[in-house]
Amino acid sequence: MIVLVTGASGFLGRAVAAELIATGHEVRTLQRRPSGLHGATDILGSITDPGQVARAIHSAEGVIHLAAKVSLAGDAREFHTVNVEGTRTVLAAAEAAGVSRLVHVSSPSVAHAGSALEGVGAESASPEQARGEYARTKAKAELLALASDSVKMSVIAIRPHLVWGPGDTQLVDRIVDRARRGRLPLLNGGTALIDTTYIDNAASGIVAALHRADVAHGRAYVLTNGEPRPVGDILASICLAAGVRPPRWSIPAGLGRAAGSVVERVWAARPGADEPPMTRFLAEQLSTAHWFDQRDIRKALAWSPTVTLDEGLRRLKASYRHD
Amino acid sequence: MTGSASPLPLNLPGLDRRFSHTIAVPGRGLDEGVHRDWHYLDTGDELARLGVPVVGTILAVHGNPTWCYLWRDLVTRSVQAAQSGSPAWRVVAVDQVDMGFSERTGIHRPLAQRVVDLASFTDTLSLTGPVVTLGHDWGGVVSLGWAVDRPAQLVGVMLLNTAIHHPEGTPIPAPLRLASARGVLAASTVHTTAFIDTTLALASPALDSAVKDAYRAPYRSADRRKGIGGFVADIPADSQHQSFSELERIAAGVAELDVPALMLWGPRDPIFSDFYLDDLVERLPHADVHRFEGAGHLVAEDSPYADAVLAWLGDNIDRLTNPASTSPRASYALARSGVEDPLFTPLWHRLDERRDDDSTAVIDMSTRGRRSPRQVSWRQLSDRVDRIASGLTAIGVHKGQRVSLLIPPGPTLTAVVYACLRIGAVVVVADAGLGVKGLTRAVRGSWPDVVIAESPGLIAARTLGWPGVRISAARLSKIAAAALGVSHSLGDLVAIGADTLLPAPPLPDDEAAILFTSGSTGPAKGVVYRHRQLSALRDVLASHFDITADTGIVTGFAPFALLGPALGTRSITPEMDVSAPRTLTAAAVAAAVRDSRAGIVFLSPAAILNVVATAGDLTQQDLVELERVRTFLSTGAPISAELLASAGALMPNANPHAPYGMTECLLVTDITLDGVRAAADDGDSGVCVGAPIGSNRVLISALDAEGRAAGAPSFQAGVLGEIVVSAPHLKDHYDRLWLTDRAAVRETGLDTDSPGERWHRTGDVGHLDHLGRLWVEGRLPHVIVTPTGPIAPVGAEQDVEQVSAVRRAAVVGVGPHGLRQAVAVVETVRPTKRPGLASPEVTAAVRASTTLPLVAVLAVPQLPTDIRHNSKIDRSRLSQWADCVLAGGKPTAP
Repeated sequence: MIVLVTGASGFLGRAVAAELIATGHEVRTLQRRPSGLHGATDILGSITDPGQVARAIHSAEGVIHLAAKVSLAGDAREFHTVNVEGTRTVLAAAEAAGVSRLVHVSSPSVAHAGSALEGVGAESASPEQARGEYARTKAKAELLALASDSVKMSVIAIRPHLVWGPGDTQLVDRIVDRARRGRLPLLNGGTALIDTTYIDNAASGIVAALHRADVAHGRAYVLTNGEPRPVGDILASICLAAGVRPPRWSIPAGLGRAAGSVVERVWAARPGADEPPMTRFLAEQLSTAHWFDQRDIRKALAWSPTVTLDEGLRRLKASYRHD
Repeated sequence: MTGSASPLPLNLPGLDRRFSHTIAVPGRGLDEGVHRDWHYLDTGDELARLGVPVVGTILAVHGNPTWCYLWRDLVTRSVQAAQSGSPAWRVVAVDQVDMGFSERTGIHRPLAQRVVDLASFTDTLSLTGPVVTLGHDWGGVVSLGWAVDRPAQLVGVMLLNTAIHHPEGTPIPAPLRLASARGVLAASTVHTTAFIDTTLALASPALDSAVKDAYRAPYRSADRRKGIGGFVADIPADSQHQSFSELERIAAGVAELDVPALMLWGPRDPIFSDFYLDDLVERLPHADVHRFEGAGHLVAEDSPYADAVLAWLGDNIDRLTNPASTSPRASYALARSGVEDPLFTPLWHRLDERRDDDSTAVIDMSTRGRRSPRQVSWRQLSDRVDRIASGLTAIGVHKGQRVSLLIPPGPTLTAVVYACLRIGAVVVVADAGLGVKGLTRAVRGSWPDVVIAESPGLIAARTLGWPGVRISAARLSKIAAAALGVSHSLGDLVAIGADTLLPAPPLPDDEAAILFTSGSTGPAKGVVYRHRQLSALRDVLASHFDITADTGIVTGFAPFALLGPALGTRSITPEMDVSAPRTLTAAAVAAAVRDSRAGIVFLSPAAILNVVATAGDLTQQDLVELERVRTFLSTGAPISAELLASAGALMPNANPHAPYGMTECLLVTDITLDGVRAAADDGDSGVCVGAPIGSNRVLISALDAEGRAAGAPSFQAGVLGEIVVSAPHLKDHYDRLWLTDRAAVRETGLDTDSPGERWHRTGDVGHLDHLGRLWVEGRLPHVIVTPTGPIAPVGAEQDVEQVSAVRRAAVVGVGPHGLRQAVAVVETVRPTKRPGLASPEVTAAVRASTTLPLVAVLAVPQLPTDIRHNSKIDRSRLSQWADCVLAGGKPTAP
């Protein structure tokens, strides 16, 4: 089928588009920069421009909507314009074009209120409880997307959690960069169990969601490797794969959160070029458990991860050796 | 203020207003000529709407200062049960007048009036058909008043903490004494909410504030609380009291009730203590009794009482629906009466047989203030047993009474045990390993008639208020005896009993002993044995280990020390502190073997650890003495093959054995060191404990995907499940733990079996192999229920303990049930100072050692273990700890 992928220049978007091409779909992409993908038709533009979106979506049967402003800090209006209004534009264009399946790629943070998540399912998105502008606007976007689920267009929301792998500039590079500069603390000894998602699994899961949207639509699923590990283990493994010294210092979680909260406020008033070293959201992510019940999604999508955490780390290490 | 019933407030948590009704009841007695408005809960309409046939009515009566809100869970659960196809019981729960949302009469209502009130209510309601009464606190008394007055309708009685009788001359419980004292009464009960607040504060865990508010709702003003004061004033503290005779009348009537009875008790009740439970059990000996450990006065809030009530009604449905055809009293008496059995050999048989034998029966080398070992001949022991038995008889101790023994193992304990058994008194044995708290719970829970103890036990009995007549094992000065509330010493008994004839011996099916579980798997439970079962234990021990009069046994493990005289062979306790097995040395074992020429040595793993550690001190002569030993047993807790082999090496001619058992069945299976080694090559998961001993049988009840032991017990090999055992020496039942008993015998046995075979669910999990050997893999509550099914911890723990950096390991689950993730918690060889993530190297090695996916490897300075054996890891606690740490909590010590 003809599938439009929004945000295909990103780490995950590119992998999803490549997976679609590999499974024999005709792929179009919509983003501001070239996707660099062989076999895809790039349409350069923004999801905030209804005209560009309508052109990109014309005659497509499926849409995978990944484009979003992803950041831990930044201007609230910009988050809203891209994540909420952009999604609204994509949904409207998809309905108008007679798209039959739409996968909205979301985030577990849309339902995260700061407490530990242990083996939970995908609770409803809650803009009121979400922490930070990113999570808040993504929560609103997911609610909009699922509200568009109809007899004509099956909408399914997938929330991959902490996607990583070779070539990842969002998570892996930041961890490695901060570890290198000694700015990566462990909170409470790094014992919180965190579930992550290896890039190939995230891509194959999202494509499976497109294939199964006709039966599994109308709700959100959290997608992970289903292999929770202590955050300290994960950070150390990533650092070791990249050949940098793993974090050695631990600070109490409460202190980390308080510091994050202060830094966040200062950054909001005087935004810098870089991301703040510690936000309240990040402190929570690093100090409380985040792992999820994967039984529903595996059944609904008839899918399961093919790359284990350990295999993923081996591939990550190999990628650094090639660099 | 007087006046009619008030409307029930909206939104009381857990109570559906649909069930709330009011009715005008014509007054009787003091109320003759007027109507009183009653508020009550009734599920009748709802059951009619569901169209289910109603088998009978539960008439529930609250106490003081609660109201029918107390029964909301039963209201809800009974309707749910009826909906799901169980027999439908209508629940009618009243608010007594002047209480709850019933009318305030302004008239003081003594007990007799309250009983009449309830009768008038049920008549007005036209309550027909079978009725089971249910009462709590003083509502228990009122409900029993209704019960004794309505024999035609009554089919059963159920009680939560209550009292039906108070012996004249003893003070009523202190809190009530205070509350009913002149001046305090009105202040605490009526003018203020103190009495309500105090009662609600008794709940454990604490009640939600919304629930507390619901309880307080009908008692918002002093006028509305007058009934509470009235109830307290109506407590008949002595025979002069207005309500005394009515209470006596009801109490006498209860002793004649011949209907099934259930008592659900919260032992942590400062008012209705076990003392009153004991009185009720005497009046209704056939009652099913369950004490919810940890629950208190508000047992309906502290425990799942509604499910217990419905389970009991279900179990007894035939007896409750055909009341005329059964006599629970008669069937209880018949089951307990027992018959003479010519094949039965009582436990004291050898003592009678060898009463003229001057050879040694017992040697005590344990060092408790003596230089030389104490030797007792068969003649002396037999004589002492008879004299103590006579003395106990002379002071009125008789068959069926409970005698709690707080005496360290040794000749005195041995003599007292056999004396009690001889006269049919039930010995209660709890060991000091339970700790003071556990011991107090055990002694109170078994409610002994007599406590025989040495000074520390007597001091504890006095200061902690343990029940029972106190007898001192040693002779005390008059002052000390008076201070400790001691009535006799054992020496006194021997003198007192000189002219007293022994009573007829107990029958094989009479109760003989209550042994307490270690408490490593929840609160200690009293395990009841009958004479027949103790004799069977003796016989299986004798035949399996080939013990004859000449054998001689060294017992460094207390329970078996007591069996020496029953086995008819001399027994010796080596030099050690018997309450601390780790004080036993190798030289002490050699000396004991030398002095007794013993062929069998019984030791616990803790003792063996030290024996092996002190083996270097053995002389050449000691080693020669140890060559005499032909059988060596490690009993009481699991032992590693290495330790068993090390101990075995000290006794080169001995075959080391490690039997598997528990307090409920002391010998289930047995394995030798050679057997352990052979099993190691087979590489199954778990600890191989060998094949069943004698005529014992072992089955497995397979675990389902939810980790429940749901499978029909079977011999099938390779199936993980709960270990289910049968043995002639299996315990009879748990003491006053009806629900626990029920769970332990749930769906046991095979269809084709002899109907008399008795089975027990051990709570251990494991599997059988194709050779019929049993492999133990942990405790049922420690099973980790993962998304891919249940996993027993021991197999993976054994894998992890193969890692050279790991000293000891526990594998536990974290996360919600059904989604649990396995975590290894290890003690490392180089101990970690702070608990937290194990080092990357240890983590990698541990992960690589086992096929079980481990989400985390945590290192701790020390794993938490049980008090008694110092070897059973407290996995439940560890699991909670790991859950907290891996959720992101601060890593404190487990």
